[in-house]
This record gives sequence, structure tokens and C-alpha cells, in this order.
Amino acid sequence: MVPTHYYLILSAILFGLGAVAFVFKRNIITIFMSIELMLNAVNLAFVAFSQAFGKVEGQVFVLFVIVVAAAEAAVGLGIIILIQRNRQSLNIEKVNLLKL
Amino acid sequence: MSTPILDILWIIPLLPLLGAATNGLFGKKWPNKIVNTVALSATGLSFAAALEAVREFFEQGQKLVHKEFFDWIVAGSFRAGFDLQMDQLTVIMVLVVTGVGFLIHIYSTGYMSHEGGYYRFFSYLNLFMFFMLILVLAANYVLLFVGWEGVGLASYLLIGFYFLKKSASDAGKKAFIVNRIGDFGFMLGMFLLFKTFGTLDFTELFAKAAPWSHESWGVFGTFTVACLLLFTGACGKSAQLPLYVWLPDAMEGPTPVSALIHAATMVTAGVYVVARSHILFTHSETALIVVGTVGCATAFFAATIGLVQTDIKKVLAYSTVSQLGYMFLGCGVGAFSAGIFHLMTHAFFKALLFLAAGSVIHAMGGEQNMLHMGGLSKKIKVTYWTMLIATLAIAGFPPLAGFFSKDAILGEAFQREGGWHSLYVVGLLTALLTSFYMFRLIFLTFHGKQRYDEHHVHVHESPWSMLGPLVILALLSIIGGWLAAPSFWGGEDHFTAFLAPVFGAGHAEGEAALSEAAAHSLELTLAIVAVAAAALGWATAFWLYLRQPGKPAEIAKSLKPIYNTLYNKYYVDEAYGAAIVKPLLAISTNVLWKVVDVAMIDGTVNGIATGATATGHVTRRTQSGNTRSYAVWVVVGALTILIIVFWPAIRALAGGAQ
Repeated sequence: MVPTHYYLILSAILFGLGAVAFVFKRNIITIFMSIELMLNAVNLAFVAFSQAFGKVEGQVFVLFVIVVAAAEAAVGLGIIILIQRNRQSLNIEKVNLLKL
Repeated sequence: MSTPILDILWIIPLLPLLGAATNGLFGKKWPNKIVNTVALSATGLSFAAALEAVREFFEQGQKLVHKEFFDWIVAGSFRAGFDLQMDQLTVIMVLVVTGVGFLIHIYSTGYMSHEGGYYRFFSYLNLFMFFMLILVLAANYVLLFVGWEGVGLASYLLIGFYFLKKSASDAGKKAFIVNRIGDFGFMLGMFLLFKTFGTLDFTELFAKAAPWSHESWGVFGTFTVACLLLFTGACGKSAQLPLYVWLPDAMEGPTPVSALIHAATMVTAGVYVVARSHILFTHSETALIVVGTVGCATAFFAATIGLVQTDIKKVLAYSTVSQLGYMFLGCGVGAFSAGIFHLMTHAFFKALLFLAAGSVIHAMGGEQNMLHMGGLSKKIKVTYWTMLIATLAIAGFPPLAGFFSKDAILGEAFQREGGWHSLYVVGLLTALLTSFYMFRLIFLTFHGKQRYDEHHVHVHESPWSMLGPLVILALLSIIGGWLAAPSFWGGEDHFTAFLAPVFGAGHAEGEAALSEAAAHSLELTLAIVAVAAAALGWATAFWLYLRQPGKPAEIAKSLKPIYNTLYNKYYVDEAYGAAIVKPLLAISTNVLWKVVDVAMIDGTVNGIATGATATGHVTRRTQSGNTRSYAVWVVVGALTILIIVFWPAIRALAGGAQ
């Protein structure tokens, strides 16, 4: 069996990639994808722990996260389409009406 | 034996308070008649209650009545209650306050009838009566101080009654502030007494103080310091040197106020306090000498200023200061009953003088300068005769009241052992001056040529609501002194005998040494000398103002520096202004205002506000609106928390690696 910390290290790498992409990318869709990446990194950690400790709660939590992520994807994509329509751009730097 | 009023002694002060509240709260819309009725019935009933209380006091054998109605301040061993007491001294004060007060209320209904703020006037006047009665009925220093401050408040309100007139409101403030200086001393005196004896209740305090040893001249022990502090307060309230400056200015108030508060009652509160605390004062020779000297000096000083004033009320004001000095002289030589006796007779004739002066001013349509009067005796006969009686009384002609009381004080001063003869001489000289300036007032006002324009001034006698009190007070000024006729007069000193339970018998040690016959002849000689002084004053005034009307101006011209000094009241106000008011004002403006207030207080407040704005300017840069910068903050925050949480583990790892 694969040791648990392998999964955790993979999860940490995926999460770190997501976080870095979230900070440095400008395209809204890419940012959106990096959020999904982070969520799934967390899911992986949940499942790994669930397996390691032989408990089912982690897997239940993962299902919740997937549901929320799906709902978020629906709303988020809707917002992205509106932004594209209004500004003809997906560059997040341009969406700055609230900026000083 | 039932004593209904003595059991509810609080009713005497409460009635005027009710009157004040009723008129003050509801009187604005009422016609004068209702305001009158309320004010007069409040004081009248209070007077009646006082009379009944006095009757009961006599009936139960003149024993001290001490009633504790309720606790006011209780802290540890200290207790100051709403306690009233009645003894012989209180009897005299209560009767003078309510009696003269009632007469002046009646007078005011006539005098103030054309003035605005009628209800306000009577409300204040009743309020004054309330506080004054608290003052004289109080059974401890704390409650006395309540009345003491309260009469100061009423005095302030009434001096500034015509508050639209700047001089009047300034005079009110001056009275209040000058009194504050004295009150400060009074309070310190109270604190010292409490610290020493552990109580401020009169009966207890005096019982504890009595066995202490006496302090001789030059010793500054507890008694001397406490007495001098109390006397500072008395100096403020009773307008003695150096705090007398407010009283002449207080004449800005309506004339009945001058009569009631600034002549007959309130200003005598200082004398009352000294007499009430006589056990403390007799323990300290220094304090007595200071009281006597200050009183004597004030009497002379004020009399000299009174010589040249031309405002009829100002003359009377300085005369009041001078007569108060006499009372303190009496207390200072240990003749407390003589001082109180003069207080009583003075209340009669000085109230009468002021009310008559008010009647003159009323007749002249508001004119107060005596140089614009003259020859009024034919036109306002009742006013003239009553004022003449009061003048004879204050000048000390027998058998009027002032003769007996002034004679008693001067006699005691003469007979007292030690260096008191100089005080006697100054007192006698003051008597001469008093007689002179009072007859000058009479001659300038009522005799001689008419110096006003008949077409402009319609001289008319006052209504009987004003003349009635004048006549009653004139009667009192005549017979008031007979209570204590000296023995050569064939009378007995009932007054001193009456007050003996309070002041103790035989206060003048020098008297015992003389045989009765010698005492008689000495008293007679002193009386003749005093009357001679008064007659000399009258003759001088007669000669200067009736026989040679041009002379006063000539004398004034030839003695110009002296005349100007007197006319400008020794420049005392100016000196106080330069020495105290100006520096205070300069410090307030340049230090307190510009440095402390503007730079420090405002600076702190504004600095905090500016600091908050500046911080906002810096920190708002974090709220850039840039989504990714927020993300960085989130990541940084999360990492920080992780590092903190796992710090021990990280350290362990690092240690393990080594």
C-alpha cells in the first residue's frame, strides 16, 4: 500500500501550485481553475486521511466539497461570461471599478 | 406642655421656600395681586410661626431646643443632619429676619409694582428668606454653610435683577466672586474644626472646646487658626476689610433688596457666625484682637468714604459697611451681646434708611444723586420724618436705638483691659463721621434749595404699602434700644441678660473691678462724650450744608488730593484690579487659554484625530481592490498561522536534523 504521506505530499504540491497560479495568473478562467485545483488538493488529503484512519467522515466531506465546487463553478462561470460580455476581456486587472 | 411649632421648626424656613417655588414656577402668567398674595402669605405665615415658636420657647423656660429632623450626610463618625436649634441668639435672629423681611416684602409690593419680572423678584426674595432662616436656625456648621451659600446665591440673583444692565450683572458677579474668597476660608475653618474635635454640631463642638486652654496673643494654635479662617468667611459675607468691595456695588439691585439683604440681614451673617462661635473666639486672644481691629478699621475707613459720596444709596452702603465694622468691634472686645444688639437695632434703622431712600428715589422718578435733590421735606413728609428718625438713631442720639447699641459697644471697648483705648478713640471718631455724613444726606436731600427741574420731576409721596413699613420700622428704631438701656438711664440691660445663657455672664473683666457708682458715672461720661461727638457731626453738617452751601465745594477744592482719594474710594477697586484682576486675566489669556487650552487640550484632541486620518491614509493602501493582492494576504496569513501552530514540530525537526 502507498504510504499516507505520499498522498499528503502530492496534495501539498497541488495546493501550492493552485495558490501560486491564483496569485500570479491574470486570466479569470485560469484563476478559477487554480481554485478548483486547490479544492481538489484538499479533497485528496481528506480521502487519504479517511483511508489512513479508517473513518468515513473524510469521504463524506469530499462529497460536500464536490457539490459546493459544482455550485460555485456554475455561479462563477456565469459571472465570467458577464464580465466577458461587459468588458470584452478576461484580464482580472481590468475589473477594478472598486479600486481606489 | 405642647410645643406644636417647636416640634416642626422646619416650617419656618419651609414656608418661604414654598412661596419661592410657587411664584418661580407658576408666577409668570399671574397678575401681580396673586404673586403678592403668595409671597406675602409665605413670609407672613413664617413670621407668625416664628412668633409662636418664640412664645413656646419662653413658655418652656428658655431651654435650648435642638431637633434632629433627618440625616443629611453620614460618613463614618461624621454626621451632618438637617438639625435645627433655637436658643436666645436664634430667637433674636429669627425675629429680625422674618419681621424685617415681612415688612420689606410689603414695601416691595409698592416699590416694584411698575417693574417687569415681578414674580421673579418675589420668588428670589422668598428664596433668600428660606436660606437666611436655614442659616440662623442651623444646629451645625455644615447646615449653616448651606444657608450661607444660599443667601449668597439669592444675593447674586437679586443684585443682578436688572440683568440687561451690564453694571448690575457685573456687580452680581463681583459679589459672588468676592464672597467665594471668604467662603474658602470658612470651609477650611470647618475642616480644621472637624479634624480637631470630630464634630461640627454646635452643642457638641462647643462642649468639647470649652475645657481647652486659652491661647494668648501671638500664639497660633488650633483655635486661633480656625477662628481666623472662620473670620475670613465672615469678612466676605459681612463686607469687612479687605473684602468689602462688593457691597457698595451691590446697590445696583432694587432698593428693597439693598434694605433686606445688603443692610438688615444677610450681611450680618458674618457677625452672627462670630457670635455663634464665641466660645472658639474667646479661646484665642489673637483672633479677638484681629476681629476687633479689622472691625474698627473698617468702620472708620468706610465712614470716611461715605463722607463724600453723592449717590444716596452709596452713602448708605458705606454706612452699612461702617456699622458692620462696629458690630465686629463689639465682638472683638468680647461684648458679643452688644454686637448682636447693634445688629438688631441696625437692622431696624438701616432697613428704614434704605426703604426711605427708596421712597425718595421713587418720588424723584429714579434719581439717586443727592446733588439733584434738595428741599424735599415739605413734599414727602412721611418719608422725611421716618428717615430723620432713622438718621437720629444711626447717629446715636438718645433715646433712639442706635444710641444704646453704639454706646454699649464703645463702652465695652473702653472698659476692656489692654490696648483697646485706641480702638475706642477710632470708634468715637467714626461715630462723629457717621453723624456728619448722615446729616449731610438729610440736608442735601430734604433741606436747602430745590436742585431739580420741577417740570421734569413730579415729586409725589409713595403709596401706603411703602409708607406703612417705614412707620413701623421708625417705631422700632425708637423703642428698639430700650431693651438694653444703661443703668444710669434707669433701665436694665435686658438684652444682655436675655443672651447670657448663650454668651455667659460677665464678659467684660474690667467691669467687675469698678464699684457700681463708679461704673455709673463712667457709663454716663462715655455716653455724654458719644452724644457730644454725634452733636458735633450734626453741627458740622448743618453749618456746611445749610448755613454755608458754598463751603463744601471750596473745601473740596482746597483739599483736592484728599477729596479725590475719598471720592474714588481710596482707589481700592483700581488697586485690586491692577494687583489681582489684571494678572489673573493675563495669566488666563496667555497661559491658560493660549497654551493650556489651545495648544495642549485642543492640540491633544486634534492630534488624535489627525493621527487617525494619517493612519487611515497609510493603511487604506492595503485595500487596493486588487483581487490577487488579497489572495497574497490570505496565503501569507494562512502560512503564518501554520508556522505558529507547527512551530514546536519544526523546531523538533530542526533539532533532530542537527
